[in-house]
Amino acid sequence: MANKKKLSEVTDMFKDVDILSLEGVTIEGDIEIDLSGLGGGFDPMLAAILGQENAVLAQHFARLAGVFGVPVGFGAPAAGVPAPAPAVAPALAAPKLKDLIPAKFDVANIAEWTTQIQEVPIGNTSADGGSRGKRVMLGGEKALPFFPDAPMPNRNQVTIDVFDMRLGLAKAVKENYDEVMDNPGEWAKKNVEKFNADMITIHLISTDPLVKDTPAKEAAKTVEEVLQAVDVPIAIGGSGNPQKDVEVLSKAAEVAEGERCLIASASLNLDYAKIAEAALKYDHDVLSWTQLDMNAQKELNRKLMKQCNVPRDRIIMDPTTAALGYGLDYAYTNMERIRLAALMGDEELTFPMSSGTTNAWGARESWMVSSPLKEDSDWGPREYRGPIWEIITGLSLAIAGNDLFMMMHPTSVAVLKHITQTLFGSIEAEPVDIANWIGAEV
Amino acid sequence: MKINSPLEAYKYLPQTNCGECGEATCMAFASKLIDRSGKTADCPPLMKEKKFAKKLAELDRLLAPEIREVVIGVGDRAAKIGGDDVLYRHKLTFFDKTKMFFDVTDTMDEAALVERVKKIANFKKFYVGRHLLLDGVAIRSVSNDPAKFAAAVKKVAEVGIPMIFCSFNPAVLKAGLEAAKDKNPLLYAANKDNWKEVGELALEYKVPVVVSAINDLDTLKTLAKTFAEAGIKDIVLDPGTAPSGKGMKESFTNFLKIRRAGIMGDTEIAYPIMAIPLTAWMAGITDPVSASFWETAMASIFTIRYGDIMILHSMEPYATLPLVHLAETIYTDPRTPVAVDSKMYKVGNPDENSPVLFTTNFALTYYTVESDLSSNGITCWLLAVDTDGIGVEAAAAGGQLSADKVKDAFDKSGFDIHKDVKHNSVIIPGLAARLQGDLEDKLGAKILVGPMDSGRLPGFMEKNWPPKQ
Ligand code: SF4
Repeated sequence: MANKKKLSEVTDMFKDVDILSLEGVTIEGDIEIDLSGLGGGFDPMLAAILGQENAVLAQHFARLAGVFGVPVGFGAPAAGVPAPAPAVAPALAAPKLKDLIPAKFDVANIAEWTTQIQEVPIGNTSADGGSRGKRVMLGGEKALPFFPDAPMPNRNQVTIDVFDMRLGLAKAVKENYDEVMDNPGEWAKKNVEKFNADMITIHLISTDPLVKDTPAKEAAKTVEEVLQAVDVPIAIGGSGNPQKDVEVLSKAAEVAEGERCLIASASLNLDYAKIAEAALKYDHDVLSWTQLDMNAQKELNRKLMKQCNVPRDRIIMDPTTAALGYGLDYAYTNMERIRLAALMGDEELTFPMSSGTTNAWGARESWMVSSPLKEDSDWGPREYRGPIWEIITGLSLAIAGNDLFMMMHPTSVAVLKHITQTLFGSIEAEPVDIANWIGAEV
Repeated sequence: MKINSPLEAYKYLPQTNCGECGEATCMAFASKLIDRSGKTADCPPLMKEKKFAKKLAELDRLLAPEIREVVIGVGDRAAKIGGDDVLYRHKLTFFDKTKMFFDVTDTMDEAALVERVKKIANFKKFYVGRHLLLDGVAIRSVSNDPAKFAAAVKKVAEVGIPMIFCSFNPAVLKAGLEAAKDKNPLLYAANKDNWKEVGELALEYKVPVVVSAINDLDTLKTLAKTFAEAGIKDIVLDPGTAPSGKGMKESFTNFLKIRRAGIMGDTEIAYPIMAIPLTAWMAGITDPVSASFWETAMASIFTIRYGDIMILHSMEPYATLPLVHLAETIYTDPRTPVAVDSKMYKVGNPDENSPVLFTTNFALTYYTVESDLSSNGITCWLLAVDTDGIGVEAAAAGGQLSADKVKDAFDKSGFDIHKDVKHNSVIIPGLAARLQGDLEDKLGAKILVGPMDSGRLPGFMEKNWPPKQ
């Protein structure tokens, strides 16, 4: 571990050290991003993932690679060219190593994982009395995610954010949504059709008295608009104003009656009973949101169940997501502890979890042009940093036990889906002969 | 660790309460041994006195971590891996952060090789009062030519960071070992075909060695056991890291199983595990950014689930930055406090004309602001307000950061805004802008609302400091 020093000392220490950087090279530029024209010639595995954005940037990047002097292949598939077969050296005298001592590997399943996570559906199809084209099922695990102890019944799901007004977003995100930002219905459509969203989250942020103070009634119209535009299940979020949200979410629940939306959210700082009441009356699920505190999460879940009579199959938890480098250690461990406690029988925690993965965009590494710290090694183009920050924040929580991801960047969505579904076991790929990785051309 | 209460460790201590270890009592020292913040070597009587030799040996055996600790390289950048006692970080903490080694080949031209190795060695990323680094270089023998490999090793060794020698050809590995005597590289790897020769090299040169058996845990354990019986202690396991599809799922499962067995007491397989996310570049992904993203995602999975050392390819910042942060995330000790002391800090040598700022005492926030200021040469007074260790935005919303709290913090710090500086102004975080009016009243000072992100303080200062009269 690096030793601890006062930062100002360290700063002085490195004053004279030559920091590798792309001097004289401007990485930041107005690079055209166009995801609508997904061209051919992309890699089959990640084709849908990175889109046109990459094609342009990859060339840009290849030129930069030259500046770095880093041998990065570009274009041709890196097909694991095998090294020449190792010439077996003349047998050395082997006094200590004569014969293999055979051993069998064996390990038991975890006996303490006795309890299954509650399965919670979102969205009502016509069979359920709604108008959604499909239902999303969360939960049902009997082990930590992707563990061999018990099969994971439902894959991770991604819901992509839509906001009810134009707002300031990181450049890399905004470029994907600029032309639909004034029209939540079109925005939702783009998320589903172009970016493969399993669900949509409509955030009614304009209702905040400090933003536009949009009346609840008007906000409810936006919800109707989104329900018309897409047939995937939806989540409905407020503005974060504890007083106004109760009114806004109740009204939204009413106009979305029978669709089994996820109402986001009930928390201990607002009138959760009213939220729960509206959700039950109009046939929705409740997102139980607490801030990095397992005991508060238990308390709120208990109140929702006992005091508000919310059935177990209508509760999803959001224990709070902090971005990579900005408290992810707490968010990760909080989720892992919640899931382990649930598997070992804590009935107040046996619910699927949801993550506001979009929070990753709050990390300065995901949006700043370059490091504000002169001592840092070069941060490189931010166009790539943001999406990977969102991916790694989400992926870490997927491993901790999170089920549903609220996300923003299409690249992040695609990669997160691909990697979690690979661990889930539903991705078939040509087996790769990794035995000769040493000689591979990369 | 075979014991888990201080009482059990106490039995093996001299029980004299002599205080030489810095603790008042042997019992206090025993609890440090149990939470692994102290080691037996810190008790001089136990180390020196002959009569305790047996107890010392037994205590060391009981205290040894379940997963063997292996050191690669020498000097202050030597990489220590393994050393874990738990499967989940909240149960104690994880030890010996996952180490990131980046590849070079023995067919690269010398200038490119040296440049890349230096870039690996010089990488730094600041994070809460320290810097995050990359750990070492994995030299791949693409040529399979001992002389070429030795030449590459010589060049890399000059830079002085830990090395992994990658070849299945014992002659190549031997040439590398001869070229870098006493550098303690990690040999990659012994497999079912070459294990005798590679094992002999590990014994002869006293270096750590990887045993490799792709997706075959019986063979992996057989190799590890055979080596251990022959007296090789520093073993690292490579169960294979497949980059896609079912293969990747199998690799993930293997890591889980191996670590679970090791923590649960199967000493024959209780060794550090190596992941090779570099195989992402063999999965047929044509676009380098995609391949790099995929490699980073694979590396993240194995940072979280039990990879102790990794071989990677992409040195792009969008690969290295998330990786060093994730390793720090997973290996940060969850027991350490998350707050700094609430008091007035000096950044540089501030005087009566220097600006006064405040932020919260949440360690992450405080260090971020402090480093943004010091790194840009801004001399100032920086007050850490006690917000119960919560960040600015959440604390301002939740009431842990209020005008009263700020006033209180100024009072307690002994800093008088009216006397200790001449300008009678305070710069407040942009995320706490809503406190402006209240603060003006409570502090009786001019309030300047700073930027939303402290990274923008340099630009802010240029425009707004000194304040207009
Ligand atoms: S130095 Fe050893 S003997 Fe002395 S107090 Fe500490 S633990 Fe006890």
